[in-house]
Amino acid sequence: MRVLFTDRTKAFLTLLPSIILIGVFVYGFIGNTAYLSMTDWGKEGALAVDPVINFIGPQNYVDLFTGFLDARFRQDLVNAVFYSVFLLAGAVGLGLFIAILLDRKPRGEDFLRTVFLYPMSLSFIVSGTIWRWLLAPQGGVNILPTYVGLPPIHFRWLSSTDMVLQFNWQNLLQILLYLTAFIMIVWGLLRLKEEGGRAVRRLLLPGSILGALAWLGGGFLPQAYFMEEIHGFNLATLGIIMATVWQYSGYTMALYLAGFHGISQDMVDAARLDGASDAAYYRYIAIPMLKPITISAIIILSHISLKMFDIIFAMTGPDNGQTGHPALLMYLTTFRANDFAKGAAIAVVLFLVAATFIIPYLVSSYHKKGGK
Amino acid sequence: MTARLPAGRVFLYAALALLAAAYLTPAYMAVITALKFPGDITLPTAWNFPVAFNWGSFSEALEKLRPNLVNSVILTVSATALSTVLGSLNGYVFSKWKFKGSEVVFTLFLFGMFIPYQIILIPLFQALRAVNLYGGLPGLILAHVVYGLPITTLIFRNFYAQIPTSLIESARLDGAGFFSIYLRIVFPLSVPGFVVTSLWQFTQIWNEFLWGICLTRHTANPITVGLAQLAGGQAVSWNLPMAGSILAALPVLTIYIFLGRYFIRGLLAGSVKE
Repeated sequence: MRVLFTDRTKAFLTLLPSIILIGVFVYGFIGNTAYLSMTDWGKEGALAVDPVINFIGPQNYVDLFTGFLDARFRQDLVNAVFYSVFLLAGAVGLGLFIAILLDRKPRGEDFLRTVFLYPMSLSFIVSGTIWRWLLAPQGGVNILPTYVGLPPIHFRWLSSTDMVLQFNWQNLLQILLYLTAFIMIVWGLLRLKEEGGRAVRRLLLPGSILGALAWLGGGFLPQAYFMEEIHGFNLATLGIIMATVWQYSGYTMALYLAGFHGISQDMVDAARLDGASDAAYYRYIAIPMLKPITISAIIILSHISLKMFDIIFAMTGPDNGQTGHPALLMYLTTFRANDFAKGAAIAVVLFLVAATFIIPYLVSSYHKKGGK
Repeated sequence: MTARLPAGRVFLYAALALLAAAYLTPAYMAVITALKFPGDITLPTAWNFPVAFNWGSFSEALEKLRPNLVNSVILTVSATALSTVLGSLNGYVFSKWKFKGSEVVFTLFLFGMFIPYQIILIPLFQALRAVNLYGGLPGLILAHVVYGLPITTLIFRNFYAQIPTSLIESARLDGAGFFSIYLRIVFPLSVPGFVVTSLWQFTQIWNEFLWGICLTRHTANPITVGLAQLAGGQAVSWNLPMAGSILAALPVLTIYIFLGRYFIRGLLAGSVKE
């Protein structure tokens, strides 16, 4: 018994340095950044050995969301939402499609898998450099159609100033209500078959009412900003989204392929015996079984999309307003403008967005482990 | 089968061929552009095969990126080795020496792998300055070791979960202690775990950019930062950035092509799928 006790102590002592490191470097630093975001640390003397730092409360956040000078942050935040949505849709969709193709066991499967996955091993700086050349306005992708007799494309992939899906930042509250209503209605429709009346009562009806109220009462909602400020989806981000999808769809492909291979042959045979077509097999059996993989992929990809710093830096440089991202703005604000407090506030916003995805995921995987 | 479903098979191969061509396009473009002479690189002929091979692009890019490559080798090898060894010990404790609350601690570890690193950047920058590690490689190595702990611990923990606990129990009955069990039983069984983890860490650290640019001075810049600077200038002739990209990609690409199986296992482990 005594031997066991000392061994347990040894085990704990082995872990202790890592616990301390993670405690300080992860949790301590997060706390420190949160504190710094509520100070006025910046501008002159910011880099002094002992800078003067005063606590000013949430002023930096108020500035970021409603301040005149911080319009770029708001557009970057909108960009980040679009980057995430398109990366998720593109990489999950394309990755799943390729995985299904490879699951049909074509000849040369090993070679093809390597081809689809190699971009994943590259650094974002490498792929960004190559894609910047591929997307040059008068060359690369734009002149590809001329090789099959079509006119060239004239789209300015990385420098376009066109913006679609525009909205006024003043109406932010209304738009968020619309989005919530939309998600509730879609979710309700998906649940309709399984839950019937409950889905109508819990999701469809409240969603419709919320949407109607937001539409009717939009004018009475408080405005999020004092003047009209237009934001939207910058078309210049399309090239970066394309490059990122190219790089990360192989990752979702690998996840799904591993999942498909994990489905027992008995299950596949049973589905075949029941007369399920290929399409029905994937639609009703394979893909629903791989729901945990889909969730993992979404978590990892949304995490990656929040860190798109590297590839945007390589493709358009950090200063390009059209393709901006809060991750880059944080870097510019902190290390170029020496406005540490505001940089910290941007980092906290990024962190909170990431945490809303990650924490439920970690908590549920912790509970699953505990339940086993 | 092939005879019965020709249409489906034709579609399958056509789709795969098209996709494979699209995925290989950037690689093709990088190689042909790197092999051209600066004067031969024009936008309308961007897709054409080089008229004359300019192998000099590579030596010129190597000359420019040599200090960065040396930095990256030192950084990657030492940070990979340290974080892998620590991860192995942690994984051993988390899987075979569970204590009250160890699952909670483990989950708290994992969280460190999902944070956007901007959230720790400012205190990290300050802390490294305070202990005089800012600007050089040791500070960067420290950062990579610490923030590599969650993933290395995760991979080893899942790997060691496959070692039967009865093996550990019987060794303990024979009087083996915590460290001798690790050295005599667990470590010798860990070779695949070490391969997966170190390949994963190697590629991650080699490819990392944010800390490289924020935490190092010019002389300690890793390859990603060197490449970004080489490619960043406006009047640059494109054969150099392309040759530089190929040089920067070569180590990870080699690992991936020859040891791809292990790389994929690292990928799958990284998705917390048990």
